[in-house]
Order: sequence, then structure tokens, then C-alpha cells
Amino acid sequence: MAERLPVKKTYKLFIGGSFPRSESGRTYDAEGQNVARASRKDVRDAVRAARAAQPGWAAATAYNRGQVLYRLAEMVEARVGEFAELCTGRDEVERSIDRVVWYAGWADKLPQVLGGSNPVAGPYFNFTVPEPTGVVAVLAPDEPPLLGLVTRLLPPLVGGNAVVAVASETRPLAAIELAEALATSDVPGGVVNLLTGHPAELAPVLASHMDVNAIDLCGADGDAPELERLAADNVKRIVRGQADAQSPWEIASFLELKTVWHPMGQ
Amino acid sequence: MAELDKPQREVEVPGDWTYASAPESRDIVEIADRYGHFVGGEWLEPTETYETIAPRDEEPLAAVGQATAADVGRAVAAARTAYADGWSSLPGSERAKYLFRIARILQERSREFAVLESLNGGKPIKESRDVDLPLAAAHFFYYAGWADKLEYAFPNRRPRPVGVAGQIIPWNFPLLMLAWKVAPALACGNTVVLKPAETTPLTALLFCDVLRQAELPDGVVNIITGDGRTGAALVESEDVDKIAFTGSTEVGKEIQRRLAGTGKKLTLELGGKAANIVFDDAALDQAVEGIVNGIYFNQGHVCCAGSRLFVQESIYEPLVAKLERRLTTLRVGDPLDKNTDVGAINSAAQLERIRELVASGEEEGAEIYQPPCVLPEKGYWFAPTVFTNVAQSYRIAQEEIFGPVLSVLTFRTPEEAVEKANNTPYGLSAGVWTEKGSRILWMAHRLRAGVVWANTFNRFDPSSPFGGYKESGFGREGGLHGLEPYLTFEDSETFGG
Repeated sequence: MAERLPVKKTYKLFIGGSFPRSESGRTYDAEGQNVARASRKDVRDAVRAARAAQPGWAAATAYNRGQVLYRLAEMVEARVGEFAELCTGRDEVERSIDRVVWYAGWADKLPQVLGGSNPVAGPYFNFTVPEPTGVVAVLAPDEPPLLGLVTRLLPPLVGGNAVVAVASETRPLAAIELAEALATSDVPGGVVNLLTGHPAELAPVLASHMDVNAIDLCGADGDAPELERLAADNVKRIVRGQADAQSPWEIASFLELKTVWHPMGQ
Repeated sequence: MAELDKPQREVEVPGDWTYASAPESRDIVEIADRYGHFVGGEWLEPTETYETIAPRDEEPLAAVGQATAADVGRAVAAARTAYADGWSSLPGSERAKYLFRIARILQERSREFAVLESLNGGKPIKESRDVDLPLAAAHFFYYAGWADKLEYAFPNRRPRPVGVAGQIIPWNFPLLMLAWKVAPALACGNTVVLKPAETTPLTALLFCDVLRQAELPDGVVNIITGDGRTGAALVESEDVDKIAFTGSTEVGKEIQRRLAGTGKKLTLELGGKAANIVFDDAALDQAVEGIVNGIYFNQGHVCCAGSRLFVQESIYEPLVAKLERRLTTLRVGDPLDKNTDVGAINSAAQLERIRELVASGEEEGAEIYQPPCVLPEKGYWFAPTVFTNVAQSYRIAQEEIFGPVLSVLTFRTPEEAVEKANNTPYGLSAGVWTEKGSRILWMAHRLRAGVVWANTFNRFDPSSPFGGYKESGFGREGGLHGLEPYLTFEDSETFGG
């Protein structure tokens, strides 16, 4: 018999910066653990939390957003061992950390790369800037468990969006671990919300939700056509993300472009 | 506010100062009795036709084809052949020269197109002459220059054409919308099947003659006419790689649904209900001109029209008085008259929609103002209209009317203005009027709209990206950003080195 009985973790949702159980009281078995099985109501609560948090996140200076995301990398680095056990290993964790750092550095460069001033034929100053689209739903891929989620999460985040992500049904533990890193990394509560459960049950609620601006169907599999159809109800931006991509254009998928005109005169 | 309290000076004008009519001659345009579909560089005889008319007097202008699914199939096949047979592999510098030619020919034949546009669409000749045509030519000229410079627009992305683009355009700026769609598509190496709006096909059909003069290879641009059924057939055509649609949000959603799961690229430029916000420190006379331009330009048949006027409470009365007085000087009448400010409503169906929404405004309790004006007996007409005493919940404050109808609302603080302006599912455009620079930028930052006009309104330029937030659509037209919808990239699996 062991000298001391370890304290086991309860695997819960991450909504609005808190770790609630599913309001439905349901769990399911994944990776040998009882994991919260989110409901439609949990999805709606998560969208509400995301909508409430988004303006503040977008209003933070780009420098600040970059530092907060860099701190997320610090928090993951501090738990490399734990993460390694929940994904394919240390290499995946290190690549995930490096990806977070890579995206963190984009926060204060996007408008210069994606926007600009436009030489209109008239006495006007005219410029185009990227802005966040708002609340983004992310369906995380199953593989790789950690890197896949990080790959889909960082592009909308660095652009100033708030995210509601549905974790892989079969490999949710890395996502829950990441939620714990997020909770200690100065990412404001509600900016990232992570739901575990059955994506087949949750994804249609997100796809048809009228207060979600974009949906990343990376982990959607065969449901994608139906989710795309539902997404048309409020003209959502549809992103068919790759589980392992890294580029500023990944960020651009979750941005709007605003063009401002003003006359020039004396 | 001292200036506001002064009585307005009314100038005493001796004698009769009514305008003599100044009609632009329509002799410059030859309209055929009957048009087919322009497919593979030839005219395809339609199996079915309908009549296109002049909305100013309902005069029948020509019989045009109602393209069937089979016709659409032929057009798409012609576009595919042209794509594979050389257009997509033509050096960008050669594609550019075709587009430069088209721009030049449009400039040369601009009066002819302007007259036809006003005749078939009902818009004032001074607008088709001074706005639609110069901008259409400018769009081709602008995108011509991009054709051999795409690698500089998208460094490290290896841009390639998408393939065959199906393009569906509206009736409010028929030739200009054609230019917005066709110019970037061709510059990027795509071929095109374009469907002009049911009620305004004639300038698109005349454009085929420009293509002939430019010696554009057969099948690179195909133009098929018809109603929504033709558009639906184009959307569902399997061999189309990309759909670009400009029109109502309702139809845009339906297109998005139909394309679900196909992996086809889609851009949507949909409806709007733009807020035009006037602060108490604005240059009021300029603001009034901007308000008038914002909602009565092109009879309000403008997706980005400033249809919701938000006035800071302290200047509400003088501003509305100025606005109503300005409305009395608007000249409503013959689109071909060079003095006309507001032309004919585009169609009977649109007139019906405007009337229905205006009736709802009166019923819900808004106060209506229309300047005294004599509307022609024949044709489709609606007087410039201002609604005051409008609540946010009224249909006229929420739904896109797409007509010369303005709803006036008020606000007290900048925060309230932003809150009210953004309180709509749309997000295409917005206007801000204030002399305070920091407030302009503060407002521009917070308004959820793709285009913000500050101390101006309804400005367009080929180098300036245009497109919506939220349910006003996605994708941009114009500028470098307007190239992206017509390209695929090899970076979709990149790992950032």
C-alpha cells in the first residue's frame, strides 16, 4: 500500500475563467477518466462569456496581447512533463510551445502586414486595418491532441477574438490541461472557453448560434457539410483549418478588414 | 451654436427659375430587339426570353434570354475550356494588356454605356456618367496592373488562379458591379461566367462588344442573362470553382447553404443598414450634403446607403430643418435629364417593397416628410422620404429598404451612438460627421462595419477594399485585398519555416 493516496483531478469545463461541471451533470469516459460532458446550455453559456470578454481582449494593446500569449507559452513550458503524458510526448509539447511563441509575436505586426493605406483617386486619406471578427467557434482535431488544439486556438486569439473550443472527444485531457495553463497566464476569463463532451452534440449548436461570427471546422469530420449549412444562418465565416499549420494567413481567416476614408483639405 | 440660431437666409429670386429640360440623347446607343447569351465568344440563341424595360416609363427595350440550366452548363464549359486552353497559363503581363484594353475601350465608349445604364436601370445620367462609368473603367485599369504582380501582393504564397468563377451581380450598379467582379477575376487568371441582374442586363450585353474589340480570347468571359433560376443553376453548377455574389442577405444565405460541403470558394457582398452619425460639432451644411448623398444617391438603391441617420440631440431640430429644406431642391425625374438628382425606381417589385416598408413606418408611428414634387405618371417613382420620430424597433430602422427613404434617430453620447449604430445584424458601412479628429478615430474604431466614411459618404475607389462585417457578407472587393478571393495559395500547409 502506498504511503499516501494521491489527490485526483476532476476534469471539468472551462467557461468564463472558471472551471464548472456541465450544468447537465453529465460526464463521459475518455482516456480512463470521467470527463465533463457539456450540454447545449453550456455552449450558450460559453458563447455568452466569450462575447462579454471579447471587447476587452480586442481593446488590449497589441503589445499586451503578445505578452499575455507569451506568458501562456511560459505556463506550458513549466508543465512540460504533465503535458507530455497527455499527448504524443515531449516533442509535441515543445512544438506547441514554440507555436504559441511564434503567434504571440504576430500580435503587434498584423496591421502592418495585412492592412495599409490605399492610394484613392481623390483628396482623401484612406486606410485599411484588420480587426477581430468577434466570437470564434473552434472544433479541435483529435490528433495531435495538444498541438492540434494550440494550432487552431492561437490564430483567432492573437487577432483579438474570443474563442469557444470543443476539445477532441477521444483525447480531451490535453485540452483541460491547457485550460489550466490559460487560467494562470493572464488571458482574461472568457477569452478562451473549452468544452469537453460529444462534438456531434455541441458542434451544431455552435454552428447555428447567432452570436458566433466564425467557425473553424478542423475537427468536424463528416458533419462538416451540415455544420456549414447551419453556419449560413448568420453568414458565419467558415474556416476549414489544418491540424498542423502555422502562418499569418491562418490569423487572417478570423479577421475583418475595415477601410476608413477621410477628406484631406485645409 | 450661435450659427444655428440665426434665421436661414432665403434668397429672393426674381422670375421663373425652373430648369429647362436637358435630356441626354439616346441616339448614341443602339439596342437590338433581341439578345442571346454570350458563350464562348458567340451568341447563343436563347430558348426562352423575357422583356427588359426602361423603368422611367416602362418602355420595352429588348427581349433577353432566360438562361436554362443547360445554357448555364454550356457557359461553364466554355469558361472551363478557355481556362484550360491558355488563359490560366498566359503570362500575367499579357493578361494585363487585355485588361488595360478593356479599361481604355470603356473610357472611349463611356457616354454610350452611361446612357444605356440610365435607360435600363433608371439612375440619373449624371451619376452613370460621372460615377459608374469612370469607376468601372478605373477598376479594369487598376486590376490590369496587378495581373503580373501577384507574387508581390502575396509574398511566399505562390498565388494561382482558382479556375472558373461564377459571378452574380445586382441591378443597382450593373456595369460597375460587373467591373468589380470581372476585373480581379481575370487579373488573377480565372475565367468567368457572369449573370447580370434580371432587370438590368443591357450594359453587360453591350460589354460583350467591348470584349470583342479588346480581342479577349473566346470563353474567358461568358455572360448569361435570366432571373434567380439562372443564378441558382450557376451556383449549383459542379464545374464552377468559385462563386461571387452581390445582392440581398436573404439570397446570400441561401447561396452559402447550397455551397455547404462543396469546398468551393465563396464571397458575399450583401445588404446593409448603415448608420450615418452626426455630432453637434459637425460642419452641418457639409453633413446635410453627405446625408443627402448617403441616402438619395442612386435612389437609395445602394447596399451601403446611409439609411439610418443618427443626430446628436442638441442639433436635432436645426439639422432636420436643413435637411428637409435641402430635399425641396432635389430634382426627381427623367434619368436621362442631366439636371436630374433622383431617377426612377428600378422595378415594379422594388417600388412595391419600398411602399410596403414606408407604409409600415407610418403605421408604427413615425412621422413622414416628402418634399413637394411631381412624379411622372408612367414608370416607377418614389419621392425622397424622411422619417422622424423613429424608434429603433421599427421595421424602417431595422430592414434594408433599398430606396430613397431615410430614418432619423437621435443620440446623446458617443457611446450611445456606437451602441445604436452597431445594433443591427448588418455591418457594411457607416458614416461619422464631427470636426474632432480624436472622436473620428474613436468612432471609426468601434463601428462594426467594413467601410467607415468620416466627414464624407459613398466614396468608392478601385484601390479601396469594400465589403461587410457580420451579415453584410465576407470577402473584400477592391484593392489588394480584392485579389484574394480569386486566388488559391500553396501555403495552406506551411509551417512558417
